[in-house]
Amino acid sequence: MRLAVQTEPFDLGAESVAFAAGAAGAGAVVTFTGIVRDNGGTLSAMEIEHYPGMTERAIAAIMEEARSRWALVDALVIHRHGRLAGGEMIMMVATAAPHRADAFAAAEFLMDYLKSRAPFWKKELGPEGATWVAAKDEDEAALRRW
Amino acid sequence: MTVEVLYFAWVRERIGLPRERVSTQAETVAGLIAELVAREERYAMAFADLSSLRVALDQDLADFDSPLAGVREVAFFPPMTGG
Repeated sequence: MRLAVQTEPFDLGAESVAFAAGAAGAGAVVTFTGIVRDNGGTLSAMEIEHYPGMTERAIAAIMEEARSRWALVDALVIHRHGRLAGGEMIMMVATAAPHRADAFAAAEFLMDYLKSRAPFWKKELGPEGATWVAAKDEDEAALRRW
Repeated sequence: MTVEVLYFAWVRERIGLPRERVSTQAETVAGLIAELVAREERYAMAFADLSSLRVALDQDLADFDSPLAGVREVAFFPPMTGG
Protein backbone atom coordinates (compact mmCIF):
# COMPACT_ATOMS: atom_id res chain seq x y z
CA MET A 1 0.00 0.00 0.00
CA ARG A 2 1.26 3.45 -0.84
CA LEU A 3 0.00 6.91 -0.02
CA ALA A 4 1.31 10.23 -1.27
CA VAL A 5 0.28 13.75 -0.25
CA GLN A 6 1.88 16.19 -2.67
CA THR A 7 1.55 19.49 -4.51
CA GLU A 8 2.89 18.16 -7.85
CA PRO A 9 0.63 16.68 -10.53
CA PHE A 10 0.65 12.89 -10.90
CA ASP A 11 0.65 10.81 -14.06
CA LEU A 12 -2.62 8.89 -13.95
CA GLY A 13 -1.63 6.53 -16.76
CA ALA A 14 1.80 5.69 -15.39
CA GLU A 15 0.48 5.28 -11.83
CA SER A 16 -2.37 3.02 -12.98
CA VAL A 17 -0.12 0.83 -15.13
CA ALA A 18 2.54 0.48 -12.43
CA PHE A 19 -0.12 -0.29 -9.80
CA ALA A 20 -1.76 -3.00 -11.92
CA ALA A 21 1.59 -4.50 -12.90
CA GLY A 22 2.70 -4.68 -9.25
CA ALA A 23 -0.52 -6.23 -7.92
CA ALA A 24 0.55 -9.87 -7.93
CA GLY A 25 -2.38 -12.22 -7.44
CA ALA A 26 -5.01 -9.62 -8.33
CA GLY A 27 -7.83 -10.36 -10.76
CA ALA A 28 -9.28 -6.84 -10.66
CA VAL A 29 -7.98 -3.28 -10.40
CA VAL A 30 -10.31 -0.31 -9.85
CA THR A 31 -9.12 3.29 -10.14
CA PHE A 32 -10.94 6.50 -9.29
CA THR A 33 -9.74 10.00 -10.20
CA GLY A 34 -11.06 13.26 -8.73
CA ILE A 35 -10.94 16.34 -10.97
CA VAL A 36 -11.37 20.03 -10.08
CA ARG A 37 -14.80 21.10 -11.41
CA ASP A 38 -14.59 24.43 -13.19
CA ASN A 39 -18.19 25.39 -12.24
CA GLY A 40 -19.15 26.22 -15.82
CA GLY A 41 -15.96 28.13 -16.46
CA THR A 42 -16.31 30.49 -13.46
CA LEU A 43 -13.66 28.87 -11.28
CA SER A 44 -10.31 30.62 -11.49
CA ALA A 45 -8.54 28.27 -9.07
CA MET A 46 -9.00 25.90 -6.16
CA GLU A 47 -6.78 26.02 -3.08
CA ILE A 48 -6.49 22.88 -0.99
CA GLU A 49 -5.18 23.21 2.55
CA HIS A 50 -4.30 20.21 4.70
CA TYR A 51 -2.92 19.27 8.12
CA PRO A 52 0.56 17.83 7.54
CA GLY A 53 1.10 14.79 9.72
CA MET A 54 -2.55 14.15 10.52
CA THR A 55 -3.34 13.84 6.80
CA GLU A 56 -0.93 10.94 6.35
CA ARG A 57 -2.05 9.31 9.63
CA ALA A 58 -5.75 9.58 8.72
CA ILE A 59 -5.28 8.21 5.19
CA ALA A 60 -3.12 5.33 6.44
CA ALA A 61 -5.79 4.43 9.02
CA ILE A 62 -8.53 4.51 6.35
CA MET A 63 -6.41 2.27 4.08
CA GLU A 64 -5.79 -0.17 6.94
CA GLU A 65 -9.52 -0.29 7.63
CA ALA A 66 -10.19 -1.05 3.94
CA ARG A 67 -7.64 -3.85 4.02
CA SER A 68 -9.26 -5.39 7.10
CA ARG A 69 -12.69 -5.37 5.44
CA TRP A 70 -11.94 -6.64 1.95
CA ALA A 71 -9.55 -9.11 0.35
CA LEU A 72 -7.24 -6.44 -1.05
CA VAL A 73 -3.95 -7.28 -2.70
CA ASP A 74 -2.90 -3.63 -2.75
CA ALA A 75 -4.19 -0.05 -2.50
CA LEU A 76 -2.92 3.37 -3.55
CA VAL A 77 -3.98 6.88 -2.58
CA ILE A 78 -2.48 10.04 -4.09
CA HIS A 79 -3.94 13.38 -2.92
CA ARG A 80 -2.71 16.81 -3.96
CA HIS A 81 -2.82 20.08 -2.05
CA GLY A 82 -1.97 23.68 -2.90
CA ARG A 83 -3.32 25.71 -5.81
CA LEU A 84 -5.04 23.82 -8.66
CA ALA A 85 -6.81 25.00 -11.82
CA GLY A 86 -10.16 23.71 -13.13
CA GLY A 87 -9.75 20.38 -14.92
CA GLU A 88 -6.65 19.39 -12.97
CA MET A 89 -6.58 16.01 -11.26
CA ILE A 90 -6.83 16.40 -7.46
CA MET A 91 -6.47 12.83 -6.35
CA MET A 92 -6.60 9.18 -7.28
CA VAL A 93 -7.43 5.94 -5.55
CA ALA A 94 -6.57 2.48 -6.83
CA THR A 95 -7.50 -0.89 -5.35
CA ALA A 96 -6.48 -4.39 -6.41
CA ALA A 97 -8.27 -7.56 -5.33
CA PRO A 98 -8.73 -11.14 -6.53
CA HIS A 99 -12.32 -10.26 -7.61
CA ARG A 100 -13.89 -7.02 -8.77
CA ALA A 101 -16.60 -6.74 -6.09
CA ASP A 102 -13.96 -6.23 -3.39
CA ALA A 103 -11.96 -3.81 -5.53
CA PHE A 104 -15.04 -1.65 -6.28
CA ALA A 105 -16.32 -1.69 -2.69
CA ALA A 106 -12.93 -0.84 -1.22
CA ALA A 107 -12.44 2.04 -3.70
CA GLU A 108 -15.84 3.51 -2.78
CA PHE A 109 -15.12 3.08 0.92
CA LEU A 110 -11.77 4.85 0.55
CA MET A 111 -13.43 7.72 -1.34
CA ASP A 112 -16.26 8.13 1.19
CA TYR A 113 -13.79 8.25 4.07
CA LEU A 114 -11.24 10.49 2.35
CA LYS A 115 -14.02 12.98 1.67
CA SER A 116 -14.92 13.60 5.30
CA ARG A 117 -12.20 12.04 7.49
CA ALA A 118 -8.96 13.15 5.83
CA PRO A 119 -8.03 16.70 6.92
CA PHE A 120 -8.24 18.60 3.64
CA TRP A 121 -10.16 21.84 3.09
CA LYS A 122 -11.03 23.21 -0.34
CA LYS A 123 -11.39 26.88 -1.19
CA GLU A 124 -12.82 27.99 -4.53
CA LEU A 125 -11.64 31.22 -6.11
CA GLY A 126 -14.26 32.61 -8.50
CA PRO A 127 -15.85 35.83 -9.73
CA GLU A 128 -17.32 36.59 -6.28
CA GLY A 129 -14.04 36.04 -4.49
CA ALA A 130 -12.96 33.12 -2.35
CA THR A 131 -15.36 30.61 -0.78
CA TRP A 132 -14.57 27.66 1.47
CA VAL A 133 -16.33 24.57 0.15
CA ALA A 134 -18.83 23.42 2.79
CA ALA A 135 -19.05 19.78 3.79
CA LYS A 136 -22.31 18.21 2.63
CA ASP A 137 -24.71 16.28 4.85
CA GLU A 138 -24.78 13.49 2.26
CA ASP A 139 -21.00 13.05 2.62
CA GLU A 140 -21.48 12.31 6.31
CA ALA A 141 -24.49 10.10 5.52
CA ALA A 142 -22.37 8.15 3.00
CA LEU A 143 -20.19 6.88 5.88
CA ARG A 144 -23.14 5.22 7.58
CA ARG A 145 -23.59 2.62 4.84
CA TRP A 146 -20.26 0.99 5.67
CA MET B 1 0.15 23.22 30.99
CA THR B 2 1.16 24.47 27.56
CA VAL B 3 -0.31 23.16 24.32
CA GLU B 4 0.35 23.90 20.67
CA VAL B 5 -2.94 25.06 19.13
CA LEU B 6 -3.40 24.85 15.35
CA TYR B 7 -6.11 26.44 13.21
CA PHE B 8 -7.09 25.48 9.68
CA ALA B 9 -9.23 26.88 6.83
CA TRP B 10 -11.72 29.61 7.88
CA VAL B 11 -10.89 29.07 11.56
CA ARG B 12 -7.31 30.11 10.74
CA GLU B 13 -8.56 33.09 8.72
CA ARG B 14 -10.91 34.32 11.46
CA ILE B 15 -8.30 34.04 14.20
CA GLY B 16 -5.59 35.39 11.94
CA LEU B 17 -2.82 32.91 12.63
CA PRO B 18 -2.09 29.26 11.82
CA ARG B 19 -0.75 28.18 15.23
CA GLU B 20 0.21 29.44 18.66
CA ARG B 21 1.46 28.14 21.98
CA VAL B 22 -1.23 28.47 24.63
CA SER B 23 -0.79 28.27 28.37
CA THR B 24 -4.01 26.83 29.77
CA GLN B 25 -5.69 25.77 33.00
CA ALA B 26 -8.42 23.94 31.09
CA GLU B 27 -9.12 20.27 31.71
CA THR B 28 -11.10 19.68 28.52
CA VAL B 29 -11.27 20.96 24.95
CA ALA B 30 -14.45 22.87 25.87
CA GLY B 31 -12.56 24.54 28.72
CA LEU B 32 -9.76 25.58 26.36
CA ILE B 33 -12.31 27.03 23.92
CA ALA B 34 -13.89 29.03 26.77
CA GLU B 35 -10.47 30.48 27.66
CA LEU B 36 -9.76 31.42 24.03
CA VAL B 37 -13.22 32.95 23.50
CA ALA B 38 -12.71 35.14 26.58
CA ARG B 39 -9.50 36.58 25.07
CA GLU B 40 -10.69 38.54 22.05
CA GLU B 41 -13.57 38.99 19.64
CA ARG B 42 -11.82 37.14 16.78
CA TYR B 43 -11.74 33.96 18.90
CA ALA B 44 -15.39 34.41 19.84
CA MET B 45 -16.19 34.69 16.12
CA ALA B 46 -14.22 31.57 15.23
CA PHE B 47 -15.83 29.48 17.98
CA ALA B 48 -19.36 30.92 17.72
CA ASP B 49 -20.89 27.72 16.32
CA LEU B 50 -19.30 24.54 17.62
CA SER B 51 -21.53 22.38 15.42
CA SER B 52 -19.51 23.67 12.43
CA LEU B 53 -16.17 22.86 14.08
CA ARG B 54 -14.11 19.72 14.57
CA VAL B 55 -11.20 19.13 16.94
CA ALA B 56 -8.20 16.82 16.80
CA LEU B 57 -5.97 15.97 19.78
CA ASP B 58 -2.45 14.91 18.81
CA GLN B 59 -3.73 14.41 15.24
CA ASP B 60 -6.68 12.17 16.10
CA LEU B 61 -10.30 13.38 15.88
CA ALA B 62 -11.77 13.97 19.33
CA ASP B 63 -14.84 15.44 21.05
CA PHE B 64 -15.24 18.80 22.76
CA ASP B 65 -15.57 17.11 26.14
CA SER B 66 -12.32 15.15 25.66
CA PRO B 67 -9.72 15.66 28.44
CA LEU B 68 -6.56 17.65 27.65
CA ALA B 69 -4.26 15.83 30.08
CA GLY B 70 -1.08 14.74 28.30
CA VAL B 71 -2.09 16.35 25.00
CA ARG B 72 0.59 18.31 23.13
CA GLU B 73 -1.24 19.42 19.98
CA VAL B 74 -4.83 20.65 19.65
CA ALA B 75 -6.21 21.48 16.19
CA PHE B 76 -9.48 23.26 15.35
CA PHE B 77 -10.97 23.17 11.86
CA PRO B 78 -14.24 23.01 9.90
CA PRO B 79 -15.64 19.68 8.65
CA MET B 80 -13.19 18.21 6.17
CA THR B 81 -13.68 18.38 2.41
CA GLY B 82 -11.19 15.95 0.91
CA GLY B 83 -11.52 13.73 -2.14
